Amino acid sequence: MYSYDEFDRDFLRDRNREFRTQVERRLAGQLSEDEFKPLRLMNGLYLQLHAYMLRVAIPYGVLSTRQLRQLGMISRRWDKGFGHWTTRQNIQFNWIKLVDVPDILEALAEVDMHAIQTSGNCIRNVTADPFAGAASDEIEDPRIWAEVLRQWSTNHPEFTFLPRKFKIAITGALEDRAAIAFHDIGIRIVGGPNATIGFRIYVGGGQGRTPYVAQEMNEFLPPNQLLSYLEAMLRVYNLHGRRDNIYKARIKILVNAIGVDAYRNQVEEEWERIRGEEIDLPTDEVARIRAHFAPPELPAKPVDNTELRKARAQDSGFDRWVRHNVLPHKNPDHAIVSVAFKESGRPPGDATAEEMQRVADAADRYSRGEVRVTYTQNLILPNVARADLVDLYEDLKFAGLVAGNTDLITDIIACPGLDYCNLANARSLPIAQDITARFADPERAEAVGELRLNISGCINACGHHHSGHIGILGVDKKGTEHYQITLGGSPGDDAAIGDIVGPSFPAEDVPDAIEIIVDTYLAQRRDDETFLATYARVGADPFKEALYGTPR
Amino acid sequence: MPSVITANRLEDGIVVYLSEDDKWLTDLASARVADDEADLENLSAIAGQAAADQLIVSAYSMAVDLNEGTPQAKSVREQIRASHRPTIIAVTEIH
Repeated sequence: MYSYDEFDRDFLRDRNREFRTQVERRLAGQLSEDEFKPLRLMNGLYLQLHAYMLRVAIPYGVLSTRQLRQLGMISRRWDKGFGHWTTRQNIQFNWIKLVDVPDILEALAEVDMHAIQTSGNCIRNVTADPFAGAASDEIEDPRIWAEVLRQWSTNHPEFTFLPRKFKIAITGALEDRAAIAFHDIGIRIVGGPNATIGFRIYVGGGQGRTPYVAQEMNEFLPPNQLLSYLEAMLRVYNLHGRRDNIYKARIKILVNAIGVDAYRNQVEEEWERIRGEEIDLPTDEVARIRAHFAPPELPAKPVDNTELRKARAQDSGFDRWVRHNVLPHKNPDHAIVSVAFKESGRPPGDATAEEMQRVADAADRYSRGEVRVTYTQNLILPNVARADLVDLYEDLKFAGLVAGNTDLITDIIACPGLDYCNLANARSLPIAQDITARFADPERAEAVGELRLNISGCINACGHHHSGHIGILGVDKKGTEHYQITLGGSPGDDAAIGDIVGPSFPAEDVPDAIEIIVDTYLAQRRDDETFLATYARVGADPFKEALYGTPR
Repeated sequence: MPSVITANRLEDGIVVYLSEDDKWLTDLASARVADDEADLENLSAIAGQAAADQLIVSAYSMAVDLNEGTPQAKSVREQIRASHRPTIIAVTEIH
């Protein structure tokens, strides 16, 4: 993985020193809250319901075990012993004291981490396929280009005060596991003629109040032109994106107002003007970054399939875990393993300091010291020898992290909701817990099959409800928490925004409603059709009828 | 409508309420209740000074219910703030 050079470290030291003095001036009354708020937000520090919240950037979701242990240490020393994996592959600490923040930022810098650009109207942490470098369907490792983008966008002077926040996601695989269609810019690495690679660029996707699936902007951009092209895209947005209305300020509104063709024309015009200006990286610099992501040497470690079969036959939990959480690696002796933070009854995404420690230990033992965070709020061990699966399972079992439910109905994405968040209208976490309790029988969840259920506590959609196969949105209905249900959304290659199925439900009726939807699906399902396939075939009517009765 | 003033403490962000003797306490039950506009203006002025003195941030007034004179939060949001914890069993409390 990428490691900081002296330039990166000096920059971070200066920045942390600067923020320490800003905190001191705030506490001494030399800065008012109005003056201080933009400064703290530039360092990822929010004021939430109960306390300050610090959002730490995990560049493209990649963590070393040293970093993971440090996050655990921070949560133990300065928080309440846990953190929350976010839906943008970051981590949030919920109970932070302002007076401690300078020390926390120093502790992060010790392991080459920070909280810069995790808030504000700038280019946020770039997200990527969590299987990067390991996926069996990969064309090129997207981390190389995510790192190029990280360096380009960090402290970019022109793009520090955009009309609104800006999110970029990149995948280098055939299957999109980074939800690129729901980003301001989505990038897909594609193969070109003569074994070349290039970028297919999408623009204007996003969730929130006005959800859009991104549109294709450029079918094949040669790799050595990525930065100048993105610079032109951001420039046109920076100039024409709306600043008069926060709800209309994202690039998706601009692109859909003028049309993607008109936007493209303006970008190409700007690109022609600036592409000679040495914005693009020289080939040797790309090579330098690429070298950081050289594939790990994975010694041949043939698996004894008889042993593995025996272990699976003896332990149904292990068998289920292998079925759902062990995924194909580009090296057939190895596997990508999903560590689920979604045991029944857990708040989705929350992880204790001890769990961070144990996963770090397991990753050192079995995954070349590397861990990934997924936007579905789980962790990934990207390089596990199949011969080690039984031992790894035992270690994770000891940590209580062996739910074999990746991409099943209990693998819920949920934002912190009204239990923590200042923006929320309703709680997300109790709804998630009620639904996981309802589907706690793993055989039942497995019988339902692949089903993405996402919950947001308000229309800002941090819980990605629009892209859930089943989405749940918390709303405030005359002072009580109600939940609107959407069906048919998808985050992947068939990206779609879910349709609202009907009037909202009070909290206590949501688990029943979800059960009715699932039962309707199972009654309508043909063969091994997925929920989305059934929904596409039969439409919303059977679900509406089951939920609300026959229309009069 | 009976109201109290709430805010977050500057140095750690903890939820506090303006209480007797101009103290900022974490217990909603200890909050001073304003019964009318004039009362509330008086409390708001105290809060303004406390913000200027770096004690608190984001102060606002909120209507409360009174249970034998003791203020209680009306909305779910304010009930959660007053309880100083999420409504779920936290991950650290599970095992």
